[in-house]
Amino acid sequence: MRKVAVAGIGLIKVKEYWDRPIGSLFQEAAYKAMKDAGTNKIDSLYVANMSGALMQDQLNMGTVMADVIAKPGLPATRIEAGSASGGVAFHEAVKAVASGYSDCVMVGGVEKMSDVLPEVVTSSLVMSEEQEYTAYTGVTKAGLSAMLHRLYLDIYASPEEVGMMAVKSHDHAVGCRHAQYPFKMSIERAMASPMEADPIRMMECSGIGDGAAALILVPAEDSGVEVAGSAVATDYCSLAQRDDPLTFNAVKTAADRAYKMAGVKPSDINLAEVHDDYTINGVLSLEALGLVEQGKAAKLVAEQGTARDGKIPTNTMGGLKARGNPLGATGIYQVAEVALQLRGAAGDQQIEGAEVGLAQNMGGIASICAVNVLRRLA
Amino acid sequence: MSVPRYWREEVPRYRLQGKKCKACGAKYFPARPVCTCGSTEFGEYKLSETGEVVTWTVIRNPPMGYEKYKPYMVGLIELDDGIKILSQVVDVDPEEVSAGLKVEAVFRKVKEDGKEGIIQYGYKFRPVVE
Repeated sequence: MRKVAVAGIGLIKVKEYWDRPIGSLFQEAAYKAMKDAGTNKIDSLYVANMSGALMQDQLNMGTVMADVIAKPGLPATRIEAGSASGGVAFHEAVKAVASGYSDCVMVGGVEKMSDVLPEVVTSSLVMSEEQEYTAYTGVTKAGLSAMLHRLYLDIYASPEEVGMMAVKSHDHAVGCRHAQYPFKMSIERAMASPMEADPIRMMECSGIGDGAAALILVPAEDSGVEVAGSAVATDYCSLAQRDDPLTFNAVKTAADRAYKMAGVKPSDINLAEVHDDYTINGVLSLEALGLVEQGKAAKLVAEQGTARDGKIPTNTMGGLKARGNPLGATGIYQVAEVALQLRGAAGDQQIEGAEVGLAQNMGGIASICAVNVLRRLA
Repeated sequence: MSVPRYWREEVPRYRLQGKKCKACGAKYFPARPVCTCGSTEFGEYKLSETGEVVTWTVIRNPPMGYEKYKPYMVGLIELDDGIKILSQVVDVDPEEVSAGLKVEAVFRKVKEDGKEGIIQYGYKFRPVVE
């Protein structure tokens, strides 16, 4: 198996692009990534997209995006794994280069959520759940997360401590040029916001945004940023089927595989981009990744342990809450942000001396998870 | 909701009926084609109709089709036979729900597909009156 490097990074700001079609967003990120890599000779394309079928009536997104960047002939595949589409697509792209089948792969994520009304977004999010016995109850993704949130509050932490996950993400987004909400938010404001799904408040939820991010992967040489470990794992879809709903087994399994492949321990990780679509999911992810002991993540966050100078800097460019969560593109943004950190190109967001970072992206309520570990070479 | 998709789930939803693995005895709701023990041989199994609320939430911004019922509660319920099930919790105010609340299954309307579509039914759970 060949070592794989991230050779090109392209991001656009997450926001609501009323005047632009989905292809235009993908094209901008794709061209930035090729310019950054110094090549346009890509030999295959992976497109991460979750809800284009519902939001744009568009399937066959791989072909559509190959067309958009004027590269007919390119092999192209759309990868959908719920909100984990980006992380899973990255994993597949890594395999393509590692295997020797491809030498220069583009993996891009794109989502355009502002084309539909908020209730359509709510419906789209719960489409990642089993439909006949979970979604049929009328539950939402926020509602499923809320049931975990309540269990966690009963045992481990206060509402404010969990809410700090969102506050820290906002802190880290200040000055980040591609973040959707690059401003601070106080814990008082979060706790005064209306209930979305009790006990989750609105300001603990990631919002609606459009975004596109693209990466170029090539065989690794002696310098740059390599993909040290890459893994995907699944769990039973329904919370009702799990022995302990507060344990994200898919995250644990994917992390264990990725750490093993990279030859690292959780304590070797210098920064983490975790899936904080709702505050509780970010908290439970930190624990399942082994970065914090079970039951202690919310307290660590509240004690500044995930701050830029904390024990484990987390969501260094705002996470899903403040950078934005354009579903299928989110996992690519996460990997791109880790790569920028390891290059030393993170600007105001830079974590000094970062050598190893991870991106954790999940779909459903942790029914699928991708963990990608990146390392700085030389 | 298409008619065949609705029709084929009628028995489990209307009767709270699951499956029991003939090899290891594990009970499932909803039914699965393969048991975690690897067996694919199952018999019918009738679930307990009473249980306790484990955790719950209030849905304030529902998916399409559920708007007119909002706000409503959804809970994770552990039935007396140990099976866990997700369901709406009804006939009670949110302030009166707590972990361990005893509940029983009731047959209720879930939603309807406009004026000409099918009216969909299923189970919901309400507090047991002692």
